[in-house]
Parts: sequence; structure tokens; C-alpha cells
Amino acid sequence: MSNNADFRICPDTGFKIHLPADKLIKWNAVTAVVFLLVGGIFGLGVALTRWPAVHLLPADWFYLALTAHGFDVLLVWMIFFEMAILYFAGAVLLGSRLAAPKVAWVGYWMMLGGALITNIAVLRGDSSVMFTSYVPMQAAPDFYLGIIIFAVGALLGCFVFFGTLVIAKQEKTYEGSVPLVTFGAITAAIIAVFTIATGAIILIPTLLWSVGYVGHIDSVMYKVVWWAMGHSSQQINVAAHIAVWYALAAILFGAKPLSEKVSRMAFLLYILFLQLASAHHLLVEPGLSSEFKIFNTSYAIYLAVLASMIHGLTVPGSVEAAQRKKGFTNGLFEWLRKAPWGNPSFSGFALSLVMFGFLGGISGVMMGTEQLNIITHNTMYVPGHFHGTVVVGSTLAFMALAYWLVPVLWQRELVFPGLAKWQPYLFGIGMGLASVFMMGAGTLGVPRRHWDMSFADATMPYDFPGAAHLMMGLNGIAALIGGIGGTIFILNMVGTILWGKPKSKAAAEPEKPAAPAQPTVVSGYGSAGTMAVPGTFTLAMVFLVAFVLYYFVNWKYLAGVWGLS
Amino acid sequence: MSDEAQGDGANPVDEPIPFMQQVLDNPFLLLFIGITVPTVFYLIWGVMEIVSIPIAD
Repeated sequence: MSNNADFRICPDTGFKIHLPADKLIKWNAVTAVVFLLVGGIFGLGVALTRWPAVHLLPADWFYLALTAHGFDVLLVWMIFFEMAILYFAGAVLLGSRLAAPKVAWVGYWMMLGGALITNIAVLRGDSSVMFTSYVPMQAAPDFYLGIIIFAVGALLGCFVFFGTLVIAKQEKTYEGSVPLVTFGAITAAIIAVFTIATGAIILIPTLLWSVGYVGHIDSVMYKVVWWAMGHSSQQINVAAHIAVWYALAAILFGAKPLSEKVSRMAFLLYILFLQLASAHHLLVEPGLSSEFKIFNTSYAIYLAVLASMIHGLTVPGSVEAAQRKKGFTNGLFEWLRKAPWGNPSFSGFALSLVMFGFLGGISGVMMGTEQLNIITHNTMYVPGHFHGTVVVGSTLAFMALAYWLVPVLWQRELVFPGLAKWQPYLFGIGMGLASVFMMGAGTLGVPRRHWDMSFADATMPYDFPGAAHLMMGLNGIAALIGGIGGTIFILNMVGTILWGKPKSKAAAEPEKPAAPAQPTVVSGYGSAGTMAVPGTFTLAMVFLVAFVLYYFVNWKYLAGVWGLS
Repeated sequence: MSDEAQGDGANPVDEPIPFMQQVLDNPFLLLFIGITVPTVFYLIWGVMEIVSIPIAD
């Protein structure tokens, strides 16, 4: 039991913040940003190497950079930031003390230690097996060991979060149901537990194989179990960034979800079905039946897709409802035109929402269809898809939250507020275009994970059309634009924490990055009480038409693969 | 508490908690089904299919 001396009241939001949780949120968020920087630098190296006219890195460095990029941004940046989100959604939103802060710190140091061990193994040059580390490719034992230690640390963080829920309920720090944002975090934590458990199931024997105690790992068995971790880890991101969308809608606009019940049911569909998307990666494996593939990637996963479309409707719908309540009722879109587009928390949130749906969402459903998958499997289309989910979806949403969270937690003003206004557009549009160009190149057949698309030294050469080379060049340019956006974000975050002007009540107001915070809404329960959101329904129809058209265009592509005459 | 009751900011009314809300309010039940469903439909089913592949002579 802790007393009030262990808490502080946030002057901006009124949140009662448990001091150990405050410190853990800060450390996890800062560490996440550091790994975003490291992984982003490697990512630029990859993009500039795949730009045929630049072809920056030699082959061995390319595969090293690709391995480090995948690990550092897909796993380390994301999970560290998600730990910060879990502690925020647990301790702060529920006004509770954090369960077992010492365990949380053990988890933090294990995650950091594990991430460093794996990075060192990769940088040594003997573990360039890429993020997937498919057997029989073998990395050094410390590569696997680092990931296992990292995963166990993250598991401890999840247990601390669940423990905090128990404490908050026992100590009655909230009434009734937990806030929707916390419910989204619960969804992310549940998926994380499954992810980490399956990671241990496959990586522990792989570690033993790498040191010689296990003679053989079956490659298909490895792929099935590994993808239960590899893809599910990205589903943690999806659940977490949707929780962030709800949080930002509440913080920036005081928006309540259109229907608490429907939003929670959508999260339940995630809990039940989202992790089955792992089977996307096995669609061309001959050893698995069509029943397994189609059930997991079509029938069941469509229920998770339905959930994403519910969130994609209800989040902007809640913003529209809140804006209309404030008087922005002219026409279909006055509520949207009058939104704070110069506030990076809003612009990042809005771009994340739109691009996640249009780029990551639609392409994911297309690729997850067993028949269509064959035209893009293992091509650049796949990284194009997941840059549409993890980068412009999750990363941009986390950046948007950070613009609000960092000044609030550190009580400092942003060091570059002018640059911050442009940052989400640079990063979002740059990486969104990179996603589009990668998918374009993939549609033309350009393989992923390949150092040289000209196949200069190949015994069986192949010439891609000029458009494919153009796509990869444009991808390099787009990645550079996104990289500038990423750099501005990191400069702003690190600069604010180290050199930001301390907020005084009077001086802080004009340059506050977010609109006045709405702690009672984000930590409360209740629906908007209206479904009169015509602008959102119009946008949803545009999305659905794009979805259907794109889906059938790909059937047309598939029909062109085999001539039937 | 019903959605409407809380959504209107009214005091919670004295009524039984709906079954679905009891499910959604129990994080450990959700954790159980969130582990079980993908374990059965993805992991166990996938592993059983691989195990049943005949071994080449």
C-alpha cells in the first residue's frame, strides 16, 4: 500500500500519477525513441541500397542493416513504447499505484539488456539472418538469447500491468468498467502474452540448436511457431495504436466513442481473432492444408478486419460528434476543416488513422486472401504493407501521443514547436509514399530481402521492367523524406527532455502542443450519445469503395498470371 | 452498469450487470480466451498438420 506522498497531481491534466509509474513511463518512452533512432538509421541504409542508382551498402552490410532494422524498429522501439502505454493506461488512467515497480524495473533492464545483446550480435556480422531468422540459417547464440531475455522482460511488464488492474479494482480507484483506452491496452497486453509465450516456445530450442544441444529444427515447424510471435508482435502494435487513437480523440476533443459497447466488442474480436493473421506468412507452404490457411487468414481474420473497420468508423465518428457539439455543424466536413491541423498530436493521429486503413489495412486483406497472396508473396509488396501498418499506422500514432505525453510528463515545452507542426506530414507522407512505392514494386514482382534487383551475378538473370526500378528509386526518395521527419521527431523529443523550457502555468499555455486535456473523458466511461456523423459515414463509404475496387483489381492481376486461352 | 446509464452521466441504477459486460470486465477471462483461441486454431492445428506429413523413405 502506498500513501499520497507517492503520487503527484499533473498540473496540466489533473491526473493522479504514481511516481514509480511516472519514472517507468519516462524511461521506457525514452529508450523506445533511442531504438527508433538506431533502427531508423539502419532502415535508411536499407532503402538507399535498394535504390538501384545509389545501391549504398555492400551485400554483407545490407543484410546486417536489414536484420538490425527489423529487430530494432519492429520489436524494440514498439515494445518499449508499448510498455510506457501499458503503465500509462494502467496506473495513470486508473489513478492507481503501479503493482510491483521493482518487477517492472527488472523487466525494463532485461528488455534493455536483451536488446543490446542482440544488437551486438548483429553488429558483429555473424548474425545477419534478418528479423525472421529462418532456420536453417543460423545466427550466433547470443542473437537468440538477447531476444529471449528481451521477451521475458516484456512479459514481466505485462504481468505488472495486469497486477495494476487488480490493485485498481481492489482499491476502488475507478467505478464500473475500466476506461476504453485501458481496455485497448488490455487487448494489447493479452496479445503480447501470447506473442512472448510463442516466441519462447520457438526461440529457446533454436538457441539450443545454435549451441549444438539440439541437432535439427524443422524449417516449417519453425515458421509456424515463429510467426505466432512475429506477426502477433505487430498485432500488439495495432491494438495499442488504436487505444492511442481513442486516447487522443478524448484528449484533444473531449470525444467519447460513438458506442462504448461496440468499441469494446471490436477489441474483443481482436482478442479472439487478430493473432490468427500469422498464417498469412504460410500461404505458400506446401505442408499445410488449404483449410488451415483459409480458416485462419480469411474466415476468422475477417472478424478482426471487421473490428478494425469499426474502430476506423467510430474513432473519427467520435471526433465529429464532439466537434459538432461544439458548433462545427456546417456541411459534411466543417468539423474536419476546423480541426487543429497545426497540432502535431492531431495531424499525426489523423494521418495515422487514414493511412493505416487505406495502405496497411486494404493491402493486408488482399495479401491475406490465399489465391491473391501468390502474386505478391515474398515481394516488396510485403514490406510495403507493413510499413503501411507499423510505420504510418503505429509509429505515427505513437509519435502523435508523444507530442502530448512528453511535455505533460516532463513539464517542459517543446523545443522546436514550429518544426513539430510539419513533422507528422513529413514523416507520414514520406513513409506513406514509401509504402505505396514498395507495394508498386512488389506488384511488378521485385523480391523483398534482396540486395541486388538487377541480378548482376545471378546464373539465371532476370530484367525487371523500368517501372520497377523507378518504384524502388522513388521509394528511396520517400524514405529520405520520412527519415527527415523521423529525425525532427527525435530531435524534438530528446531536446525537449534535455533542454526544454520548464513549464510555468502562465507561460505554458500558448505553446502547448495539445488542446486542453480532457482527463475525465479519457479516463471515463460513456458513449457520445449520437450517431449523427454524416461526414464520417461519407468518408467510410469512400474507404469501402476503394477497398472493394482494389480487391477486385488484384483478382484481375491474378487472372493475368495464367493465360486460359 | 449499462452503457446508457453511465453515458448520460446518471447515477448507476440498481440492475444486474449484463453477461457480456461481466465478460469484458474480467481481464483474466479475456487473457484465457485470447491465449486459447490462437493456440488451438493456429498453433496446435498448424503443428498437427506438419506432424501428419508423411516422412520420405
